[in-house]
Amino acid sequence: MTGESLRGPRRGIPLPVPTPISRPHWQGCREGVLRVQRCRDCGAYVFIPQPCCTECLGEGLDWVDSSGRGTLYSHTVVHRPQQPVFEAPYAVVVVELEEGWLMLSNLIDCEPEEIEIGMPVEVVFRKMSEEITLPLFRPTRGPR
Amino acid sequence: MKSPYRGVAVVGAYDTRQARRLPDTTELELVLDAIRGTLASAGIPASAVDGLNVSTWVSSLNPRAVAQWFGGRPVWTGTAHPGVEAVLEAAAAIATGQCHTALVATAQCGEYTDRASTVSWTRPESEFVECWGLYTAAEFALMARRHMHVYGTKREALSEVAAAIRMNGARNPDAVMSGREVTPEDVVASRMIADPFHLLDCCITSEGGAGILLTTEERARDLDVEPIHVLGGALDRQGMSYVTAPVWDRPGWVGRRAAGLAFEQCGLGVADVDVAELYDPFSFEVIRQLEAFGFCGEGEGGDFVSDGRIRIDGELPVATNGGLLSYSHAGVVQMLQKPINAVKQLRGELPAPLTVPDARVAIASCGGSGALFCDVMLLGKEPS
Repeated sequence: MTGESLRGPRRGIPLPVPTPISRPHWQGCREGVLRVQRCRDCGAYVFIPQPCCTECLGEGLDWVDSSGRGTLYSHTVVHRPQQPVFEAPYAVVVVELEEGWLMLSNLIDCEPEEIEIGMPVEVVFRKMSEEITLPLFRPTRGPR
Repeated sequence: MKSPYRGVAVVGAYDTRQARRLPDTTELELVLDAIRGTLASAGIPASAVDGLNVSTWVSSLNPRAVAQWFGGRPVWTGTAHPGVEAVLEAAAAIATGQCHTALVATAQCGEYTDRASTVSWTRPESEFVECWGLYTAAEFALMARRHMHVYGTKREALSEVAAAIRMNGARNPDAVMSGREVTPEDVVASRMIADPFHLLDCCITSEGGAGILLTTEERARDLDVEPIHVLGGALDRQGMSYVTAPVWDRPGWVGRRAAGLAFEQCGLGVADVDVAELYDPFSFEVIRQLEAFGFCGEGEGGDFVSDGRIRIDGELPVATNGGLLSYSHAGVVQMLQKPINAVKQLRGELPAPLTVPDARVAIASCGGSGALFCDVMLLGKEPS
């Protein structure tokens, strides 16, 4: 059974304000693609968006598409919300993407007790405003 | 071995009253109390101070503005944030002859008014953090959860840490949570905040001020107080707090380098430490620091804290005034209160049930893994 008690962010939460450096990431989310920076020199993936490679200080960063698939690296189900506009409980997770980089997000479409480190997850996009579409994650179910 | 901080001593350490709210006072009155109380605790007149790093939270008092309260005389001013970093900066200023007597003080009240949300200093504004509903408890919970997964650290170990520290606060008449005794069972019975953290795993929020005064060993000899010597210290920073994902593999051991340098500076080791005034924003963070600083091996922190080892009558008492979990957490004041309590403990100034007999060396730390920084210092009854 696919539980749905973790529903994820709703309208009214504080939304990201893109910067010139992060704009391509948020543009990708609007297009339904999870975009991440990659260093042209050393091949490292860089997230959150930076003006240079965080491994080799290289300036040649390309925006590349992630598969959007990964595994759960860590998780916490929050019962006392940051602000009342967040609907508790909600799951804050760190996802390790297939390419080896990590990001924060919310896990949705599952029950808190189903969550475990290492579980396969996939990105799903939720439009929050004209400018912001958030990349959320849900358990990967069935064959890929 | 001669420490690079050799010749620098703490001669004043003072806490204003701490409370959940201090509605009858202003932040400026509170910081003035911290200044006057710290000077009085050392028996030093304001005219003897030639180094200042005094600030406030809400009213953003600038250390340079405070120079005017000291007659507008030319003085050294520090720029480091309150805490171990400000104490080390002042100690370095004295050790290098930029000033002789430096006062570090701070205060916060009136910040936490919207109680429907978590307190402002726990809420990041980063575009890659805030929208997920993150705040410090969740940040540190993500670190704790990963540690529990990798090393099998048990929930019981977190409860033991929280109860041990909160029992210190219960026995401290000056603690915000004075008289509030907590058992490990109480911790897991309290409501869930961000799993694995229950309410009693998390620090409190409060208001208050504090100050510390450093001078040269030579000047300290003329005072009627026991000097406590700065033995070593260093800072570890791995980026801004609450901007990137809290990934155990990266800042999991933050503070290890700093602790290693601090011990190296004075030729001491973990076996020499009698009291550990570790930063305790959340129960798990103590387990992490014990591992990072080398008190036990990686993944052994859970076992280390069992059997009462970090309780007040244990081998290595931790957060002996009740820490952030029970004594006070007033924004950044608690960071300064770590070295302050180390000084009080080494001088035998804490209430009798909280006094560690024959304590000669203390470690104090600020910051934690979820915040991507951890500063460490060592203080002692004897110079190194």
